[in-house]
Amino acid sequence: MSKHTLSVLVENTPGILARIAALFSRRGFNIDSLAVGVTEHPDISRITIVVNVEDLPLEQVTKQLNKLVNVLKIVELESHNAIERELVLVKVRADNETRSQIVEIVQLFRAKTVDVSPEAVTIEATGGSDKLGAMLKMLEPFGIKELVQSGTIAIGRGGRSITDRSLRALDRSA
Amino acid sequence: MPMTEQATGAHHPQPRPRSGGQQSAAVEHVTGAQSLIRSLEEVGCDTVFGIPGGAILPAYDPMMDSKKVRHILVRHEQGAGHAATGYAQATGKVGVCMATSGPGATNLVTPIADAHMDSVPLVAITGQVSSKAIGTDAFQEADIVGITMPITKHNFLVTRAEDIPRTIAEAFHIASTGRPGPVLVDIAKDALQAKTTFSWPPAHDLPGYRPVTKPHAKQIREAAKLICQAKRPVLYVGGGVMKSGATAELKVLAELTGVPVCTTLMALGSFPDSHPLHVGMPGMHGSVTGVTALQKSDLLIALGTRFDDRVTGKLDSFAPFAKIIHADIDPAEIGKNRAVDVPIVGDAREVIADLIQAVQAEHTDGNAGDYTAWWNDLSRWRDTYPLGYDLPTDGSLSPQQVIERIGALAPKSTIFAAGVGQHQMWASHFVKYEEPRTWLNSGGAGTMGYAVPAAMGAKVGMPERTVWAIDGDGCFQMTNQELVTCALNNIPIKVAIINNGALGMVRQWQTLFYNQRYSNTVLHADETGHDTVGSQLGESMAPRKGTRVPDFVKLSEAMGCVALRCEDPADLDKVIAEANAINDRTVVIDFIVHEDAMVWPMVAAGTSNDEVMAARGVRPDFGDNEDD
Repeated sequence: MSKHTLSVLVENTPGILARIAALFSRRGFNIDSLAVGVTEHPDISRITIVVNVEDLPLEQVTKQLNKLVNVLKIVELESHNAIERELVLVKVRADNETRSQIVEIVQLFRAKTVDVSPEAVTIEATGGSDKLGAMLKMLEPFGIKELVQSGTIAIGRGGRSITDRSLRALDRSA
Repeated sequence: MPMTEQATGAHHPQPRPRSGGQQSAAVEHVTGAQSLIRSLEEVGCDTVFGIPGGAILPAYDPMMDSKKVRHILVRHEQGAGHAATGYAQATGKVGVCMATSGPGATNLVTPIADAHMDSVPLVAITGQVSSKAIGTDAFQEADIVGITMPITKHNFLVTRAEDIPRTIAEAFHIASTGRPGPVLVDIAKDALQAKTTFSWPPAHDLPGYRPVTKPHAKQIREAAKLICQAKRPVLYVGGGVMKSGATAELKVLAELTGVPVCTTLMALGSFPDSHPLHVGMPGMHGSVTGVTALQKSDLLIALGTRFDDRVTGKLDSFAPFAKIIHADIDPAEIGKNRAVDVPIVGDAREVIADLIQAVQAEHTDGNAGDYTAWWNDLSRWRDTYPLGYDLPTDGSLSPQQVIERIGALAPKSTIFAAGVGQHQMWASHFVKYEEPRTWLNSGGAGTMGYAVPAAMGAKVGMPERTVWAIDGDGCFQMTNQELVTCALNNIPIKVAIINNGALGMVRQWQTLFYNQRYSNTVLHADETGHDTVGSQLGESMAPRKGTRVPDFVKLSEAMGCVALRCEDPADLDKVIAEANAINDRTVVIDFIVHEDAMVWPMVAAGTSNDEVMAARGVRPDFGDNEDD
């Protein structure tokens, strides 16, 4: 098993997320993370899917995704050639004794303290999953009261854009 | 052979809206419902099978006035779906069915799933509750778009009247191009009622839909080279060849190369059964030669087929010596079940046409393949293990014999539609298919009850042809209500009920794998005698029971059909001839047949094709070492 990050450009139509999610579950693939948002083109959404599968089933699921009529394009982003980020918001137990230690950890990981109360600190952090995992490990001893994580989003390095050609296809059909 | 299937427009079954630029784009002021019917007319739809109801009701008003669209009122929505499928399978055009929201729509689920498995171009139009009521659990509301998402090629929810023409045009385009499949269009009632404008053709808006039909030249050359180098090649032909209208090209390729041809259950008729290069059907109930040809091959040329588990048997022991050329219009099929040496994405007709040229080029270079030794083996197996059956010793009717005689006595170009089970397999074995689109069945989904409505749809699409439904007594009891539709709409099909009084295929498995414990497969009066009707029939009926409740003759007569019964082999040809002579009414024959007949050959589920059994306890002797 290996981790793969798929960037899927889709028409921004109702039900498209259901179509994609259902396809994964129907064909027996687990999604590690999923993030959806619009792109620079309001009619195109970009779905970043992280899956843990062998190469052969990955090829099959990619082909099946390509068959969905509302899917415009699928690109697998290689981690060495892409920037991958997650966002974490975490509420850590903090009192007068521990608060300064927590803030120190926050600074070490270049995260941000976004909310403070007498019994807790809320921290916002972005980064790759390794960095965020390391930070959470450091925070754990203080007591994590609540944790929310976004799915991974990713973009390829360099000047090329994966959306260019899909935009042209969309313009042609309009 | 003339390319007859092209005349039916198999390749591009419906006029494609985009190329229809010659039509005037005059704007008409209409309701959404009128816009729907106008769209169906413009897209070339001539027949709709359906049942009205609340949400779809607005569409049925303009339907009444249409001169171009014939609506056939069925008795159950499942019948509408299978009829549309039968129509599509027989004609190559898009089949259309219509139903109302909620239960009307959910009754279409089985035929839609069936069409999806067999890649049948189908457009299902359903009414939906008013857009404002969607999501409120309104009366007769069902999320049919959500329900059919995994069993359609694509589906649409239309909530605005102005979107109707474009959606219908896109639905037909998606259903009929690329790998065909069912498309559902769910239209909210208020969209049907709203005032709108209609103009044709609408522009498509499908930026993500780009089926590849033109094969890659390099792959074609590579395939041709392998074909000419192989010693034991087989053309493994699937339903895609039929759908792309490539049967004439297939014949040319087969005769040019001399490669034996196996046609799968979905491809029967795409290559003449009588052709000397035809070595039969592969799969669980394929011929010994068909199964073994694939198994011992060194090169499978797979065309429009998907290495289904019923063909491959235990996958990791399937065709262990073979390199694979796999051509399919659906890239996702290539490499799905079996690793491929030469993948070719493209329409089967274009692939085969290009292969013909590439093989000719190889021949010109002096590289023609020599398959003499291979044909020696194939011919020996074909002579030693032909398809056959034993007649019952008690003088009762043999189901295989019934089906064989129906096939033999049928007029040329007769279309056969089968249900699912033993009778389906026997109909695949003992009827000889010489022309494309003469064999309709539910291959992938295995939908019992397919035969009667599918035959009805086929007859509507091809009214000049004789259409026989070969059905079982189990299947018949699922969808026989459509005989009423046939009787009232002048759709004179012929139905043979192969009545063995049991769910025969399941019973066969119980015989072979469950110690003859016939749990819930008995359809006739119970041996324990607690069915009084059965015991009244008396002991004389014991060896050839058949289903007597209901009485299929009386039932069919009650539904407006001519009904006959045959129980004696001596009457067989006479009764069939009688049915063949009646062409203005639907005829049903209740053939009471022996219940212990079994389908052979057989590869038991989950076992290797090497374990094919020619008959019970009879393992073919291929005379080579690896079998010893």
